[in-house]
Amino acid sequence: MIINHPILGPRDAQEFTYLGDANLIDRPDWRAENAIKAFHDYLHLRDNPAGEHRELWFHEQGDRSWLVVTRDTLTHEITSVELARDVARERGRGK
Amino acid sequence: MTYSAFRILKEALTGHKGWGPQWRDPVPQPDYDYVIVGGGGHGLATAYYLASKFDQGRIAVLEKRWIGGGNVGRNTTIIRSNYLLDGNEPFYEFSLKLWEGLERDLNYNAMVSQRGVLNLVHTDAQRDSARRRGNAMILNGSDAELLDADGVRAMYPFLNFEDARFPIKGGLLQRRGGTARHDAVAWGYARGADRRGVDIIQNCEVTGFRIKDGKVLGVETSRGYIAADKVGVAVAGSSSRVMETAGMRLPIESHVLQAFVSEGLKPTISGVITYGAGHFYCSQSDKGGLVFGGDIDMYNSYAQRGNLPAVEDVMESGISLIPALGRVRLLRSWGGIMDMSMDGSPFIDRTHIEGLYFNGGWCYGGFKATPASGYCFAHLLATDRRHETATAYRLDRFRRGCMIDEKGQGAQPNLH
Repeated sequence: MIINHPILGPRDAQEFTYLGDANLIDRPDWRAENAIKAFHDYLHLRDNPAGEHRELWFHEQGDRSWLVVTRDTLTHEITSVELARDVARERGRGK
Repeated sequence: MTYSAFRILKEALTGHKGWGPQWRDPVPQPDYDYVIVGGGGHGLATAYYLASKFDQGRIAVLEKRWIGGGNVGRNTTIIRSNYLLDGNEPFYEFSLKLWEGLERDLNYNAMVSQRGVLNLVHTDAQRDSARRRGNAMILNGSDAELLDADGVRAMYPFLNFEDARFPIKGGLLQRRGGTARHDAVAWGYARGADRRGVDIIQNCEVTGFRIKDGKVLGVETSRGYIAADKVGVAVAGSSSRVMETAGMRLPIESHVLQAFVSEGLKPTISGVITYGAGHFYCSQSDKGGLVFGGDIDMYNSYAQRGNLPAVEDVMESGISLIPALGRVRLLRSWGGIMDMSMDGSPFIDRTHIEGLYFNGGWCYGGFKATPASGYCFAHLLATDRRHETATAYRLDRFRRGCMIDEKGQGAQPNLH
């Protein structure tokens, strides 16, 4: 697989390590009432879709950036690659 | 029809005209006592043990394609019970004991061959860990033997003993481990179940469940609605997709694992060898091909094929362990979809829906578990109680803090 890095251009997927579902960006609030349940679900449960999947890849052998890759789990086709930083900021993280 | 030497002789003398199909092709009935979703090894074994050891009710196995076409037809055929943790080892030892009596039980040649499984160690720390695991196995009634380098050399002189970085220091040997003929396991269970009245219905995809007031009433299928008192799901890599239709999110990710077979060679590798410094395991089939595999591809996948980096990694590991492999030609490779769980251990449990039961999360170790998985799932379906060797395989174990994490990797499924 080739991952089209937003900064570096097309890179072999071998340069990356895979973490998993991009929902891992949405870390629950530890102060919330239901924090224990929220962290259980966050850590252990997955949608695991057959089809389009947004997922986190780490460019370990490159610029060490985190990417959100949108990939089809049935065909392995990659349709979009974003910097995880941008995605996280859009979702209101890091303020 | 019971198979026997006499039968073979009789058929040989009469032109082999008496062999019939091994199982029927029944039309689905409108309702059953038990519906098993998934006609793989685990589903067929569940139906077989339900019919032969537990309830004598009306049982159906529903398979979306043909039986035995998923992971039971795609694995590297290794059977063993060399686990460390209390939640696992009694279960896998129970499974190995069932393997030992399987062919007589099924009246079917599953080619179970206890040729020994050897896990190599390359450092002092690995040797300590192997000794500890061996002791855990023995404490649970299994067998284990710690070999030194000379012991390994006597068995497999062609291994790369003097590798500067990963010298072979010894290995943990389970002599009762070995291999089995994977397809024959599926077929043997199918025939055994069919002979006891189980309807095996192929080309029948379950598309959803009919649930009312928290109780399952039956399953929606591509061949119409089928009512059932109890529904057991054993669909491996498709677990999340099927259980999603019952409104469940599972602690599972689906990943692709590739496996390989070489051209046929003269007898070279008498047992199963696993590499301790890389992820590589290898045995030789009775036809002569080397059957081997390594790591999963590491990313979520429902495609039954992988990518080349994983292939390269397996070949590199193989050649660093067995340099002679460099001259061997690869014949075939394929992929299967693994239901990787969050702690690397499986589930055999009820769900929050009454009458709906789940069996899955086998990661890439499901084949060896087939008999015990079927037996324990049948036990749970028939009695509503967990089998004594499968009490830890609960869906709520992460909430309760009772993970069974053999490798201590945490909730990162691709590392188990």
